[in-house]
Amino acid sequence: MASLDDLKKRIASVKSTQKITKAMKMVAAAKLRRAQESAEKGRPYSEKMNNVILNLSNGISDKENAPKLLSGTGQEKTHLCVVMTSDRGLCGGFNSNIIKKAKSYFAKILDEGKELKIITVGSKGNDQLKRVYGDKIIENISFKESKNANYFDADKVGKMVIQKFEAGEFDVCTIFYNQFKNVITQIPQAQQIIPLNNEGEESNSEETYEFEPDEDEILSNLLPKNISTQIFKAMLENSASEQGSRMSAMDNATRNAGEMVDKLTIEYNRSRQAAITKELIEIISGAESL
Amino acid sequence: MSEEFKVEIVNPEKSFLVKDDVSEVVLPAFEGEMGILRDHISIISFLKPGIIKILSKSGDENYYVEDGIVEFKNNNLSILTSTVFNLADMDKSKQQVLLKEAEEEANKTDINDQSKYLADQKVEVLKTLN
Repeated sequence: MASLDDLKKRIASVKSTQKITKAMKMVAAAKLRRAQESAEKGRPYSEKMNNVILNLSNGISDKENAPKLLSGTGQEKTHLCVVMTSDRGLCGGFNSNIIKKAKSYFAKILDEGKELKIITVGSKGNDQLKRVYGDKIIENISFKESKNANYFDADKVGKMVIQKFEAGEFDVCTIFYNQFKNVITQIPQAQQIIPLNNEGEESNSEETYEFEPDEDEILSNLLPKNISTQIFKAMLENSASEQGSRMSAMDNATRNAGEMVDKLTIEYNRSRQAAITKELIEIISGAESL
Repeated sequence: MSEEFKVEIVNPEKSFLVKDDVSEVVLPAFEGEMGILRDHISIISFLKPGIIKILSKSGDENYYVEDGIVEFKNNNLSILTSTVFNLADMDKSKQQVLLKEAEEEANKTDINDQSKYLADQKVEVLKTLN
């Protein structure tokens, strides 16, 4: 059995760990509120954008000559995957969940004999992927300096993706991120953004629009913007998910630390009692032998 | 019958402005200025850099935008834009910064015609503000 002194030290160390996790939980909770708010505020933009594109692509007359961002290159040989993770750790299964989802997708693609290219956003994802898929990662972006997810950063990623698409470096682009459902549940998502996959989504309006200039021109102007918007949406969802995930992870850690302190305290008291009993026995047996 | 309709300006971060007592909006559409009144036909168009004028009972407002998409449907005007400023809140120094950025962009030689045109537009609009 550990000595009394050792136990005392362990209790103290677990208690100070508990303090840290508790503080992290509080910070995450505060940040979560802000992240959630901005995720909700950002929704109208991406929804409206989606709606407009839906209306446009329904109205487009010549499907054959539709912009490539909408209809694809006509083949599916090279896949680009944008894996969006956090820059910081200690957020439970947040990063591993995205990576797991991404890895199973990668395996599927490689099984089919297709080419794979990866862009990682966030350093944690890069750390986890570079061991196995190091040679596939073509770009690693991290927005450590940015405090909150902002559109400017998303636009940078979006422009990069579009530039690579126009250079013919890939045919299909998928982004991986965590969708924020609530504090306990975040759903890892794989969303295809190029070509735009909106089959099965019905436009909710029967309305016919007037277009100025014509559909094709608006579409080719709008689609690149939509890429950035989708990436921005993913970033917002991700940052809310990250804080939510961290909050529940730190909550668990605090609770576990509490349980551990209780257990250690009982053990400490027991060994103290045992030591006292031992001393008493010694004294009594010593007195008896006289 | 009222002569008013609803306008909403949304940027990626939030819903920038919602107003439902608007009588007229003038937009810098890509093919020229466009005025929108109540019961306009449904239309989708996109914007070039310029000034959005919103005329309403509670007073006129002017906004500077660099790009955007407009959708008008059922007397709802939605303007999606990534860069929008209220002219009333915009001071001279901010204008100068934007103007400088735009001029730099317009003077680049390695950009295509359309971006060049848009950058020129930006410069022009910002100059008229000063």
